[in-house]
Amino acid sequence: MTRTLLSLSIVALAAMMLALAMGSVTVPLPDLWQVIQGDGSALHRTLVWELRLPRAVAAFATGGLLAVAGALMQVLLRNPLADPYILGLSGGAAVGALLAMLAGMGTLLISGSAFAGAMLATLLVFGLAHGTGSWTPSRLLLTGVVVASGWGAVITLMLAITPSHKLPGMLYWLMGDVSYARTPWPALSVLVVSIALIMPLARNLNVLARGPMQAAALGVSVRPLEWSVYLLASLLTATAVTTAGSIGFVGLIVPHMLRLVLGNDQRVILPASVLAGGTLLVLADTLARTVIAPEQLPVGVITALLGVPMFLYLLHRSR
Amino acid sequence: MSTLRTRDLIINIPERRDGFALNMTVEPGQVWGVLGPNGAGKTTLLHTLAGLLPARNGWVELNNAPVKELKRRAIARQLGLVFQERQDTFPATVMETALIGRHPWLSPWESEQGEDQALAEQALRALDVEGLSSRLLNTLSGGERQRVAIATLMTQNPDIWLLDEPTNHLDLHHQVRVMNLLRNQAQSGKTVFMCLHDLNMAARWCSHVLLLYTNGDACWGATESMLVPEALERLYNQRLISLKKDGLSVFVPAP
Repeated sequence: MTRTLLSLSIVALAAMMLALAMGSVTVPLPDLWQVIQGDGSALHRTLVWELRLPRAVAAFATGGLLAVAGALMQVLLRNPLADPYILGLSGGAAVGALLAMLAGMGTLLISGSAFAGAMLATLLVFGLAHGTGSWTPSRLLLTGVVVASGWGAVITLMLAITPSHKLPGMLYWLMGDVSYARTPWPALSVLVVSIALIMPLARNLNVLARGPMQAAALGVSVRPLEWSVYLLASLLTATAVTTAGSIGFVGLIVPHMLRLVLGNDQRVILPASVLAGGTLLVLADTLARTVIAPEQLPVGVITALLGVPMFLYLLHRSR
Repeated sequence: MSTLRTRDLIINIPERRDGFALNMTVEPGQVWGVLGPNGAGKTTLLHTLAGLLPARNGWVELNNAPVKELKRRAIARQLGLVFQERQDTFPATVMETALIGRHPWLSPWESEQGEDQALAEQALRALDVEGLSSRLLNTLSGGERQRVAIATLMTQNPDIWLLDEPTNHLDLHHQVRVMNLLRNQAQSGKTVFMCLHDLNMAARWCSHVLLLYTNGDACWGATESMLVPEALERLYNQRLISLKKDGLSVFVPAP
């Protein structure tokens, strides 16, 4: 377990170095090393510390948030197809963000509005699924999926009535774009705090994955655990969506790939998700801003293009 | 050693009028078999005893403390349950499955140590599945899975063992092996309480029997006094032929 996490950390570090070195101006490794030591040319220092590092950290934190949120949702709903967006949270965030863009607000207000939309979506599903009947994963899932398609219709409607000069920004946001991240630190702190909170519960989640009755029989207080996991996963997703728009595939595919290789012990899967999800998004974002530089691609497209074949390959050769 | 007691307990079966209130005391060393037709409430009773379902009336006591006032974790250290149906959405190996039995005994930051591993290995050996320990659960046969589930309970090592049809899917040899294991556990101070469909197993391995009728009636007592053909025929609404061989009662359904 320690070896796995250590090798994933090394890969993550290498991906970060790559992200710092690559771009419109390549910073060769020796120069990068000088910059890290506090030396190097002024241009390189500005490039690395002020432009590339915040963006790379934001990408890493967003990837980590999405992967952990996905891993949690899959256990909570006991459905391997669950992802952070399955309960309509990204839809709520998107409606919030697009409304702010339509009104011509600045980046900060767009972020705030996206976060408010995400939390509203969470509470809506929370309240509706709670209902009067008994609470089951399939009920939560159905409520979430139906609410999500409702958000989808609202988004399409908004896009249809938006003046065309505003469309590109909106589409980029919908596909996910790390350049929206003004500062990486909120996302990173939410990630660190949540991992610290959830790790002591990781074994409880292993038991919960066997079904609620079995979990209760083994000493887990199922209902409080389920609600905390739901709220935490929602907070993680809302933070990720607010940081970089709705980036698909990371939350679904990263935990899955890890489970195929490492088994289903959440004590390994959760920290491994942070590292692997972060690495994937750092690499994808580096590609997104270098492939057709100086033009940028939406990072969500790259995560999908990278993630889908990788996932299919692992699925194919798994037991 | 733990004692399980029910006080005026009426289990909650939808659309059934209140049945006969259960006032039973299940003590260490005893092996109880619950017999009854489909839908009589055997599984519901087991889940109610474990505090997983609310009772319609009365309560369950674990060592003189009402179960509903205990924390799940405290219950899980004293009482464990083998379910009739199991959910395995995510792949897991046999060893991982047995080891989750240690969950109630470990603090949040603790991971399974050598002695937990040893307990799990011992349980897998007792159930004759030690050769499968690195196999994935979903590649096993029904009977093998059933034995892994019992091994998980044995790894949990509570004082009170509740089992829902523990011999389901098992071949004859393993049925006998499991029933012998349960009797041995009871002799070493455990309390065993299980639902059964096989009268002959109840006759041979249970010290006490509870008969649950579809209409909510119930009666219980020492096995010899309960397994009388007339009561059993009424229980199952089925004529029986009973034979005696070497002091052992054998029941077969009449055609």
